[in-house]
Amino acid sequence: MASVSLAAAGPVIPDYSAQSSSCVVHNHLFCTDWISHNFSPILWPALRQHILLALAAVAIGFAISMALALAAHRYRRLERPTILVTTFLYTIPSLALFELLVAPVGPNVFSAEIALVSYTLLILFRNILTGLRAVPAEVLDAAEGMGMSRRQALWRVELPLALPAIVAGLRIAVVTIIALATIVYTIYDAGLGVPIHTALGEGPFKTELIAAGGLAILLALLSDALLVGVQRLLTPWARTRAS
Amino acid sequence: MKTEDTAHNEGPSAFAQAAELELRGVSKLYPGQREPAIKELSLTVPAGEVCVLVGPSGSGKTTAMRLINRLIPISGGDILLGGESVLEREPKALRREIGYVIQQIGLFPHQTVGENIATVPRLLGWEEKRIGERVDELLALIDLDPAEMRTRYPSQLSGGQRQRVGVARALAADPPLMLMDEPFGAIDPINRARLQDEFLRLQAQVKKTVVFVTHDIDEAIKMGDRIAILREGGVLAQYDTPQEILTRPADSFVAQFVGADRGLKRLALTTLAELKLIEPNGLRPDESADGARRVPRETSVRDALSTLLSAGGQPLTVIDGEGRVEGLVTLTLVEQLLSEEAANANANGNGNGNGNGNAADGG
Amino acid sequence: MHEFIEAFKFIAHNGAVAGRPGLPTLTHLALETLRVGAIGVAISIVIAVPIGVWLGHVHRGSFVAINLGNIGRALPSLAVLAIGDAFLGLGLTVVELALVILAVPPIITNSYLAVDGVDRDLVDAAKGMGMSEGEILRRVELPLAVPLIFAGIRTAAVFVVSTTTIASLAGFSGSLGDVIANETSYHFSGVLGAAICVAALALAVEGALTLVQRALTPRGLLLAEPRRGRVRVADAMPA
Repeated sequence: MASVSLAAAGPVIPDYSAQSSSCVVHNHLFCTDWISHNFSPILWPALRQHILLALAAVAIGFAISMALALAAHRYRRLERPTILVTTFLYTIPSLALFELLVAPVGPNVFSAEIALVSYTLLILFRNILTGLRAVPAEVLDAAEGMGMSRRQALWRVELPLALPAIVAGLRIAVVTIIALATIVYTIYDAGLGVPIHTALGEGPFKTELIAAGGLAILLALLSDALLVGVQRLLTPWARTRAS
Repeated sequence: MKTEDTAHNEGPSAFAQAAELELRGVSKLYPGQREPAIKELSLTVPAGEVCVLVGPSGSGKTTAMRLINRLIPISGGDILLGGESVLEREPKALRREIGYVIQQIGLFPHQTVGENIATVPRLLGWEEKRIGERVDELLALIDLDPAEMRTRYPSQLSGGQRQRVGVARALAADPPLMLMDEPFGAIDPINRARLQDEFLRLQAQVKKTVVFVTHDIDEAIKMGDRIAILREGGVLAQYDTPQEILTRPADSFVAQFVGADRGLKRLALTTLAELKLIEPNGLRPDESADGARRVPRETSVRDALSTLLSAGGQPLTVIDGEGRVEGLVTLTLVEQLLSEEAANANANGNGNGNGNGNAADGG
Repeated sequence: MHEFIEAFKFIAHNGAVAGRPGLPTLTHLALETLRVGAIGVAISIVIAVPIGVWLGHVHRGSFVAINLGNIGRALPSLAVLAIGDAFLGLGLTVVELALVILAVPPIITNSYLAVDGVDRDLVDAAKGMGMSEGEILRRVELPLAVPLIFAGIRTAAVFVVSTTTIASLAGFSGSLGDVIANETSYHFSGVLGAAICVAALALAVEGALTLVQRALTPRGLLLAEPRRGRVRVADAMPA
């Protein structure tokens, strides 16, 4: 039967010594004074780590996916096995994958990054490949007919035209990884999962839960919006329609 | 590459190149197929002329065209451009010297009109300033306002405008040869006729050697200096001027392909100015025979015939550019023209007639 | 390697740990995980499929329907559970609420894209043959949309298995995640063994639902040539 195990003996009020206000002592829903005192020492470092974890994972994942997608674009038969393997990785729940990596790699940043990167692969690979494949045949015919080399056609025609799909994939990957990075704390002491974990152990301490959880959500939404902006900047042709 | 600018004293200086194209026993056999797509195709397109490849589907006309810029590897024979074999050229360098226009146009949707036109000059490493000037010149040539159109994206253009930009893009590096694969095939009939007229006007200025693929015999007759009719299996059925093909089809396949109305089509090739008109007895130059319809001398005999029939056979008054009467045209006159040509055709059999000659000596 | 051998021993013993009697068996925890997850998915389907299908049928709300998918992804399971815990206290209700919040967006997005993407010519032809809106939806749009709708449900289901285990981190007990969250009792071999079980469970759910999806796909669609991929911001992910 499902039951609640942590609600043992009433809230354990965190001892923030001098800073403990009555709001904190009574564990109200959201204590702004706690935030203002603890943003720099607790929340900001966690947020910074969170951003770095996600950024590194998406960057590495993007490099790997791009290489895989370019290979599969050229050699069609690589697509199915790649999809199979990346789907397999994507399907393993994060909590499990982190632990599975701890055994061979250890409870460190490498385990964390390997797991996060593996979650980007399916998303990015599929989107990049879809983008490359969606380039109209006549456009490629024209490029070849005008004397572009394979490499020139790739850089000047195919990749720019695949850009919307690539950025769409990046959006999904970034948002997914930011969400998953909250689980990193289970194997490596970093990210917004750390203050969430602390708060859960303290009663739960609601202010910190809401602040840290909210920051993770906010970070994901802001990154998404940022990438939408980047895409609009990079693909001016997609904005204009026959007037 | 050998260039022949003798034919181009009227064109703009930036369109200096045109080269003779010669196909020598060209064959194409696709791997895994028993019958060749192109069989022993030989023809010569003189510098500055439009050669239309026409034929039913399966006749290999597009294959033949794509062999020329080596988008498809050749199986046998040789192709000479300006006297040099294209097979000895590096394919990418060759393609940059050959204009390429396709039915779906294939403009790059992520690039502006200006950038699209600049594609080949950029590949050739021209200076930006020269590229900019070239783009403006070409836009003006295709009647698009450079200031306005240069920065537009293909999605902001009409179908006809896109096709014109496609032609401009192909002309950008002043190629000695243009390959056009059903360039107007996807355009509605009214705009197609307009684009055809525009292209003929453009061609009169730039005088390129053009290989033009179509399945539409009427378009072939209108656009071609010479027409190569291919039959299934990529065999050349006849290569001649439109006039010759209509007057003296080489065999029943050609006759059937050009259609039972080839007499009418032939009339479309002749204008009233070329006829010996009936003297306008006693009419003052500014007068017409009582109420008769007036038609300009540039009218084709076919259109004049149509007007004659709708006018109940009443003679038409032919006028020149200033409105002066040149003479009269009647149904009898048209009949005479037809029978003369028929007699001419019988007398000459299927050989050469009217000094139009065969492939290589024209132009 | 040694750790994996110990982990498999733990699995072989169905979660029994020497010196610690009274711990639930792995089978029990796996079934609990499935039960908790299934409730969440069922509620989500009841809410999300009608909304997505209706939006797709009237071709409206594309911005909302598509971006909902992305927002759903942006919500970290742990954060949702934590915030739910802060507001309402953690229990089965809050866990199910979190599951529904996370599972509804991908199902709505996929249902919308599935119905919205049905060839307009087909709908037009159906209209021309005199079908009513309801008939068009039931006899044309839905059969063609089933594979993609189901892909959304599959995405949601795997999401839900993952989140159910994460709920243990927030203090909820009643899933395989309990073992992972309680290294003190189970030691690392138990944690690793449970992780293997969780991975296997998720893959099994994914595999089973893929088979169901294939069975639900109209035969004509399976035979047809695969369509050229259309680029979408929130394309259906087989997650």
